Amino acid sequence: MKKLVLSLSVLMFALSVAAQDDLMKELEQSQQSDTDYAFQTFKGTRLVNGHTVETKPKSTLEFIFAHRFGPINGGAYEMFGLDQAYVRYGLDYGITDNLSVSIGRNSVDKTSDGYFKYKVMRQSKGSRNMPFTMVLLGGAAYQFSPKKNAAPDGFENIDRLSYVGQLLIARKITPGLSLQLMPTLVHRNAVTQLIEKNDQLALGVGGRIKVTKSVAFTSEYYYRLDVPENSPYNNTFGIGVDIETGGHVFQLVFTNTRGLTERAFITQTDGDFADGDIHFGFNVTRTFQFGQKK
Amino acid sequence: MNKTTLLIIAGIGLGVSLHAQKFSSEKGQISFYSDAAIEDIEAVNNMVGSLFNAGSGDLVYIVKIKDFKFAKSLMREHFNEKYMEIEKFPKSTFQGKLVGFKAGNPGEQKVKAVGKLSIHGVTKDVEIPGTIEFTGGKAVVKSKFMVKLVDYSITIPQLVWQNIAEEIEVRVEFTYKPI
Repeated sequence: MKKLVLSLSVLMFALSVAAQDDLMKELEQSQQSDTDYAFQTFKGTRLVNGHTVETKPKSTLEFIFAHRFGPINGGAYEMFGLDQAYVRYGLDYGITDNLSVSIGRNSVDKTSDGYFKYKVMRQSKGSRNMPFTMVLLGGAAYQFSPKKNAAPDGFENIDRLSYVGQLLIARKITPGLSLQLMPTLVHRNAVTQLIEKNDQLALGVGGRIKVTKSVAFTSEYYYRLDVPENSPYNNTFGIGVDIETGGHVFQLVFTNTRGLTERAFITQTDGDFADGDIHFGFNVTRTFQFGQKK
Repeated sequence: MNKTTLLIIAGIGLGVSLHAQKFSSEKGQISFYSDAAIEDIEAVNNMVGSLFNAGSGDLVYIVKIKDFKFAKSLMREHFNEKYMEIEKFPKSTFQGKLVGFKAGNPGEQKVKAVGKLSIHGVTKDVEIPGTIEFTGGKAVVKSKFMVKLVDYSITIPQLVWQNIAEEIEVRVEFTYKPI
């Protein structure tokens, strides 16, 4: 009899665990499969100099302060570049979760710029499968330099304008690795015809590798297509470290360009990375949230 | 007919009757609250699925981490990416039994939930106090308990200034309807 009681109680226990397992399976089956969207493909809205596929979520405002020093090969006299400074102050705002706008002011060529970024599709898996996130970027920049009375003959205000169109395509391959492709067209209203073109096509590639939960390495390269033979400019390249601390992202970068708007860093980068024309710099962002997110 | 046969029949009968007392909650609520130095962090998930067998007391639930809603979108991103590592551990689950109640008794009854709680890929045997109330054909289960992040290998990243507390308060509320 004892044996029977024992075996019955063992059986009862086994049955109750099995019943819970069954209940769990039943719950799993009753749940609809839904879509998991990739998020935080990059930590910031900028990779090194250019944009990432990240847009600001609805009602969030980001203040960006970007700073580039002079080239390291300036030597001790220039304190290895630290005596010089080129800056961009900017604001990015999320109108919706998929549409951001931004404005900024660059000290290089006294340029004001403005962008819109629209997320056309988001990388996802589950009931909706998308292999990558795709963002359409459009921007315009207006150079206030040279001053009107210093401008050459025939130079009109419309010649101060340039435009950029970009398709940003990114995939978060693993939680630690993201890659991005950036086909780009920069149009400048006025160029020096012998060495430049009004329409410059470029293909950008970039990525990030996460080292810890808050630190990542980034890199970015823009290859200009069909460059005029005697162009004095170089393709822009940059590497960086992203450090995220709560509401801030600090990006420490090394790049061969001073410019922080596409016209400047894609079509008019004069530094040669291999020759030591490397500018140390940083981007610092602070995010503010307006209204309660629901 | 001998005793054993009777027992088996009774057992089957019991099993069938247990089955009939099953309840489900599709939009259960789980929220948590963290007392932090700079900013209190609070999040609510209104999409928790749960099944409850009032006969046996068996209770299971599944929490999709991505359904937690925060006051700030950045908090949600950090919670998903840095604390919960959602891409590796998209769900948190409980599988166990409510003990210490009588199905159908009026008023609030104190119960204990005994079972396995899984958070962030770590499963722990837990005993959680709570209450159950049967009203108007429904069953309402409520609970409030503390979760230590270290117990579930959730690490607070260095360099984060808005540190989350090491222990957070979790509230659970399910309103079950009979299936």
